[in-house]
Amino acid sequence: MSVVTVFVPKDAAAVSVGADDVAVALSQESQSRGIDINLIRNGSRGLLWLEPLVEVETTSGRIAFGPVSASDISGLFDAGFLSGGNHDLSHGVTEEIPYLANQERLTFARCGVIDPLDLTAYESHGGLVGLKKALELEPLAIVEEVTVSGLRGRGGAGFPAGLKWETVRKESADQKYICCNADEGDSGTFADRLLMEGDPFTLLEGMVIAGRAVGADTGYIYIRSEYPHAIRALSDAVSSFEQANLLGKNILGSGQAFTIYIRIGAGAYICGEESSMLESLEGKRGQVRAKPPIPAISGLFGKPTVVNNVLTLATVPYVLANGGKTYSDYGQGRSRGTQPFQLAGDIARGGLVEKAFGVTLRELVEGFGGGTLSGRPVRTAQVGGPLGAYIPEAAFDVQMDYESLAGSGAMLGHGGVVVFNELVDMARQARFAMEFCEIESCGKCTPCRIGSVRGKETLDKIIVGEDLEKNLAVLEDLCVLMTDGSLCAMGGLTPMPVTSALKHFPEDFGLARQTVE
Amino acid sequence: MVSNQEERLREAEPAQEPDEKRATLKICQDHGSRPDNLIEVLHAVQARDGYLSDDSLRDIAACLNLTRAEVHGVASFYHDFRRIPPGKTVVKICLAEACQALGCDALKEHAEEVLSTDMGATSSDGEVSLEPVYCLGNCALGPAVMFNGDLYGRVTPEKLDSLVSGADI
Repeated sequence: MSVVTVFVPKDAAAVSVGADDVAVALSQESQSRGIDINLIRNGSRGLLWLEPLVEVETTSGRIAFGPVSASDISGLFDAGFLSGGNHDLSHGVTEEIPYLANQERLTFARCGVIDPLDLTAYESHGGLVGLKKALELEPLAIVEEVTVSGLRGRGGAGFPAGLKWETVRKESADQKYICCNADEGDSGTFADRLLMEGDPFTLLEGMVIAGRAVGADTGYIYIRSEYPHAIRALSDAVSSFEQANLLGKNILGSGQAFTIYIRIGAGAYICGEESSMLESLEGKRGQVRAKPPIPAISGLFGKPTVVNNVLTLATVPYVLANGGKTYSDYGQGRSRGTQPFQLAGDIARGGLVEKAFGVTLRELVEGFGGGTLSGRPVRTAQVGGPLGAYIPEAAFDVQMDYESLAGSGAMLGHGGVVVFNELVDMARQARFAMEFCEIESCGKCTPCRIGSVRGKETLDKIIVGEDLEKNLAVLEDLCVLMTDGSLCAMGGLTPMPVTSALKHFPEDFGLARQTVE
Repeated sequence: MVSNQEERLREAEPAQEPDEKRATLKICQDHGSRPDNLIEVLHAVQARDGYLSDDSLRDIAACLNLTRAEVHGVASFYHDFRRIPPGKTVVKICLAEACQALGCDALKEHAEEVLSTDMGATSSDGEVSLEPVYCLGNCALGPAVMFNGDLYGRVTPEKLDSLVSGADI
């Protein structure tokens, strides 16, 4: 029998439920049985409820087994899993698992498929095609390709990437920067982390392309300290790229220069806001900057700077390799391409679902997610992180794109979906939104710094039923003030979860349903 | 350049253990003695000492040509930086929405009880620090816990108990 290849993810989520133990048990068991296996530690496929997901390479494709624990290994060998043998944990061919088969994986095409740090595998799975094309194109042509793709900022703001790049490209300056925002702090989101651990080369490739497009020779990745596995993966990936002449003074002999530095955050949610992140990159307190000037004109160290999210930059290689038009064929309206949605919270099949814009929230939560993990009825989902709206189950037919969500008083944010069951107390959730803003506010502007504290206090009074009518008026007034008067989205959007909870679930605030409706 | 830094360091009073001061100087120099590397330097010094002492902050300020107020401002802004030593074991429990949906509040209460420590505090014997964290990026497998730097998912009270007994707290 030839040597069989077995994949065990080394993604943080997989490791958090025992993937390292599984890998060790697999090596030991194969040794004691005298069977040679080729063990590859891949990234995660994003089918997180099946982690640790072990895959075996067979003639009919990769066969998935999961969730596997170290104690299952002996039984798997007994069942002949190395030749795809039948076992209770088998899910058949990985690519045919409906959760995966029904996705449109463009940005995440390689994630979970290859060893994240194997450059040869990266290339044989379509990596570097985009970069090589870009090196032959004039900067303007690269920007135009990105503009045609319709790619918008995946960090949450949804600003057209091509327009941002063009602004930086047209600036004349002795120094420009590409800054990758990898400060993925929203609860319910983990797509950046999955990608940085599972396919870090894609992000680096996207940054080099961005550098050529706008005339920047230096890039920074600002990654949060809560992601130690991703920091290690990225650092190793940068070293590999440097050794392969894919970073440096003369990339692949093209004359193009680009250097990438990795900077570690220090546990401040606000540093996901772009101007706060720039302050932090300069070694300062992560306080928000007033705009204008926008970073594209005056960003890091006062120089023109592209600030893009991980997913935005990681999508660029696909756009260059396949053409902007191909990417824009996915999606609907002004939301072109695909969005990596993340299913989290009380959900049976949590994980990453990359789909073209337009999929409904119901398809995500019920179709892909399979309802709640607890088995209790779904009551609501918070979409778009801690600053996103709580959408009631009855409104789950909303289409997931920038405009449709905005039209229903919600926002896409970074694409996180956190599902709550019937036991959730929405007044407590509203209070938490204010509390979180109090903890994480940078303190620069008054509406956010003081408003969040007053909001929490007012909700405390509402929760115990004190002067309900008066306190609701105060809360409403505070929300308007924070929305209109805050410097950035932190204070400006904190009212969104609060007012959506109040609007859709007034009974949790001690009100009769019709009072608000 | 270097001699100037050493001179400023000598002037920084009161004197600290010379070895430690030299090590701090070395960390700053390894980061190019650049003020924009302040956060990296603070991370490195905290990795060495477990926290940021007043002496370290003064030395860092001298090395990077910053005021002590500037260094204090940064050290106090970021949640990661500690000004007092942590417990031998650090338990971080995610208290953000995705973990709330899976009962992290109950897990927090359980942890406070078994560790006899309030959230955000260090036990009186210095054995354990219990800290809140807002998202570890393991939102599909909550509740999530970081136990001495290792990430765990689907952490039930029983699972937490086994981690605690394994760490011999």
